Amino acid sequence: MSKPTIVKVSGPLVVASGMRNAKMYEVVRVSKENLVGEVIELHGDRASIQVYEETSGIGPGEPVELTGQTLSVELAPGLLTSIYDGIQRPLELIQNQAKSPFISRGINVPGLDRKKKWDMKAVAKEGAMVEGGDVLGAVQETTLIEHRVMVPPHVKGKLLSVKSGSFTIEDTIAVIEDAEGKKHDVCMLQRWPIRIPRPIGKKLLPNEPLATGMRILDTLFPIARGGAGAIPGPFGAGKTVTQQSLAKYCNAQVIVYIGCGERGNEMTEVLTEFPHLEDPNTGEPLMKRTILIANTSNMPVAAREASVYTGITLAEYYRDMGYDVALMADSTSRWAEAMREMSGRLEEMPGEEGYPAYLGSRTAGFYERAGIIQCLGGENRRGSLTVIGAVSPPGGDFSEPVTQNTLRVTKVFWALDAKLAYKRHFPAINWLQSYSLYLDSLKGYYDREVADDFVTNRERAMTILQEESKLEEIVRLVGTDSLSPREQLTLEIARMIREDMLFQNAFEKADAYTSLKKQYRILRAILTFMDSALPIISHEDFEFINLQKLQVKEQIAQAHLIAEEEMEKFDLLEQEIIKQIGTLRTGDMSKASKEAVSA
Amino acid sequence: MSTAYKTVTDIAGPLLFVEEVEGVTYDELCEVELQSGEKRLGKVLEARSGLAIVQLFESTQGITTEGTKVRFLGRTFELGVSEDMLGRIFSGSGRPIDGGPDIVPEKKLDINGAPINPYSREFPEDFIQTGISTIDVLNTLVRGQKLPIFSGAGLPHSQLAAQIARQARVLHKEEVETEGASGSDAKAEGKFAVVFGAMGVTFEEAQFFQQEFEKTGALSRAVLFLNTADNPVVERIATPRLALTAAEYLAYEKDYHVTVILTDMTNYCEALREVSAARKEVPGRRGYPGYLYTDLATVYERAGRIKGKKGSITQIPILTMPEDDVTHPIPDLTGYITEGQIRLDRGLHQKGVYPPVIPMGSLSRLKGKAQGEGVTRSDHSGVDAQLTAAYARGVEVRELAVILGESSLSETDKAYLKFADRFEKEFIAQGEQENRSIFQSLSIGWDLFMELPKAELKRVKAAHIEKYLKKRS
Repeated sequence: MSKPTIVKVSGPLVVASGMRNAKMYEVVRVSKENLVGEVIELHGDRASIQVYEETSGIGPGEPVELTGQTLSVELAPGLLTSIYDGIQRPLELIQNQAKSPFISRGINVPGLDRKKKWDMKAVAKEGAMVEGGDVLGAVQETTLIEHRVMVPPHVKGKLLSVKSGSFTIEDTIAVIEDAEGKKHDVCMLQRWPIRIPRPIGKKLLPNEPLATGMRILDTLFPIARGGAGAIPGPFGAGKTVTQQSLAKYCNAQVIVYIGCGERGNEMTEVLTEFPHLEDPNTGEPLMKRTILIANTSNMPVAAREASVYTGITLAEYYRDMGYDVALMADSTSRWAEAMREMSGRLEEMPGEEGYPAYLGSRTAGFYERAGIIQCLGGENRRGSLTVIGAVSPPGGDFSEPVTQNTLRVTKVFWALDAKLAYKRHFPAINWLQSYSLYLDSLKGYYDREVADDFVTNRERAMTILQEESKLEEIVRLVGTDSLSPREQLTLEIARMIREDMLFQNAFEKADAYTSLKKQYRILRAILTFMDSALPIISHEDFEFINLQKLQVKEQIAQAHLIAEEEMEKFDLLEQEIIKQIGTLRTGDMSKASKEAVSA
Repeated sequence: MSTAYKTVTDIAGPLLFVEEVEGVTYDELCEVELQSGEKRLGKVLEARSGLAIVQLFESTQGITTEGTKVRFLGRTFELGVSEDMLGRIFSGSGRPIDGGPDIVPEKKLDINGAPINPYSREFPEDFIQTGISTIDVLNTLVRGQKLPIFSGAGLPHSQLAAQIARQARVLHKEEVETEGASGSDAKAEGKFAVVFGAMGVTFEEAQFFQQEFEKTGALSRAVLFLNTADNPVVERIATPRLALTAAEYLAYEKDYHVTVILTDMTNYCEALREVSAARKEVPGRRGYPGYLYTDLATVYERAGRIKGKKGSITQIPILTMPEDDVTHPIPDLTGYITEGQIRLDRGLHQKGVYPPVIPMGSLSRLKGKAQGEGVTRSDHSGVDAQLTAAYARGVEVRELAVILGESSLSETDKAYLKFADRFEKEFIAQGEQENRSIFQSLSIGWDLFMELPKAELKRVKAAHIEKYLKKRS
């Protein structure tokens, strides 16, 4: 049989012959440069290989080496705080090995440090029957996260021994004897192929919100823990800022942030900023709960395709330990384009806009890896994985295939709007287009944890915003004068909701995070304003301008700056609203309007 | 000497198919010798055993299937670089065209470069004062940024780019502390260079830049790569890469702060489309290849700063949007890669406003760290947000006034209308030679805020209103 040899090179696609022994999705080493590649198609003894590194200077006749392994990630303590490229190579080690700030080829570095020793405390009892997912020992991986070393998914049997002590990730820490009497040595380091979802106990229904601290998201369009959401938007509308805000403030325990085909400087910003930012819940640096995957737009296109799978497999691993994990992928459109590019080079029959026909199923498969689950093993742990994908539709047109395929499988849709961004209204999420399908399943939580009228207030706010858009059309045609006082009030309240509640400055420290309780109080204060004003505005002597001039409106505008510890200030605010509107009642009306005239 | 193949079988557009080849590698450079003895350069787009698909950087006119010799050079396209390149003019494929001698290269660099490791990058945060209010205040340019100009045919993008290249500089500490009072011609630190890449522009446009550089004395620290409209189309694919290779050498090895101006990226993309069509690839949107994003990224991402290196590359690509349509694939994909954009507006241009930079749709993503205390002035970001929001509202009111008539507007709306008019005349508009300091620009902004009721100034801090807003007489 002939040796595996390259017969064709075209960009990131390499075709090799003599590949009869190759398996689909097997990792191969290409050429003398030892480039990492993956088999993606087999025809007889010919294999198409997507190469994760730049292929210039590679030509027919060069060797290909099979490794027998599928593309996998390494799982063990040491993942948190790491910064990887699309195929789990630490960027720092790449820099050290390349001895250059530029990424060179053929660099072979392990995803995890082999020499570092970790202190493990045995948790499982020797002699007990254990199965995949059971916790053997605990390692304090960072000050925030205790790493639970688990029995590998497909191993089951009697635990012969488990040791406490200081080990490298390759040392044997436990021995398990299965039903056939075969002994399995277990070390902390485990591998898992990135394209296969990790096994779980069972899936549960999401019923708790993932708090993000962003008012428009938490109050109007919440995402559930274990849910899947999409943020599509044209460039400049704030996808990346929103994703970064989520990564900073959402109350998940572990964050996986995938920069997929995005700007180099933006990744650098995350890299330099996260170690200095504090987790609002614990005060520790955010980096201690974060794994970053950075595959910038000019890094090889095939590694971009792999990066989302690498990320989600790492996220699943922490989910299996029983943590709440959130994964941000920015942007999935680049991932889809990477698939399109490979598909084009494979000369596959294109689907819509040149994307491969399997775009829909791949997208669905990816988002379906989100969920709240009962973990594998006998311990009844619960973990969740929330996936939030940014989509970059060409021209901001949501009818394109990637957005549409994503919307079919995600239940939360945060539509970014360039028009809002132009007006510097941030987050530029359009409240008329966006939706969340988790409202019903989260109602129980809101009633229990926030207030029993939270859901009604939210619905009122949505109705007011919808009415506003209708009224604005009328105003555009005939002017404000023709509106009834009630309609004018609606416009006024809608403006307050937009400017005093939904507008939020991610770069202002005091404003970047708002708890759900405070969000509820801000909205309630605005609605109190409406309810107090309603009975008096229809009186024929009433001058609407007096209501607009009330000083308390400025207080409402500042309400988002009230500290979380000073919630009682909202009571005072509401009293002030009722009092000031009270002064406008009919009796005082003539006086008030006189004052207005003299002013 | 490598083998010369005489086995060209097919010629299609800019592509040659060469058979019976051996040892050819992907992306390898080759030399095609015509029967007349003329030599042209090309590169391997696809290497198969026994077949190489070669893309010429020049036209295929006059090439025959018989008698043409192809030599594969065993290396990728390289540019010989040296500090002597400063002050020189090269063709779009890197040959000197100013009549001067060839460059004696200090080293040869692959024009494709290599991606910068995000871990090795330094986050750009040095404020660059361009002297243009709409850029400095609203779309702050940062050293190491890639900020394209989105323009249209007939708009003054060249003038604007030249003005930026001429005026751009970094403020030093004393200037920030004394708000510019310490004089502006104090010595700037570091060395500066301009690298200019022209793809498919007219002779006149190329001349404009050349003369502009000569006039201001900038030519001696500039490197020009010119591919004009009558030069081969496919050569344009190499031009920006040559320019960036020279820039990288100057920035990361010779410590220069380099400003790279690339014009016009639309022509570059069209050259890519031509090659893609000749290869019969499955087209993406509007016939552009599916890998347009990836390809543009390999150009635009070659900007920034690197830890431990003194120099930097700031990129200002210019592109003309077909039909002024920002959703066209070229501006669209560019916007997804670059760190913002400066958008020029035909409406403003027709009103005689120069530079016609429209705040709506313009953006600088890196401005966050380049605005505020210690860098410019503490009220900067507030003024930025307030000006943009107020102008957006003013433009909306203006549209309303067209339908309803100005008399039916509320007092507040009238104030916004007046604000918008003055904003265009006093803030956006400025002379081609006018170099405003950031502090001057900010005070124009505060002056304009006087048009608005105080309660409307929600985006600026109360303390700043107290300090900077003049009392109404």
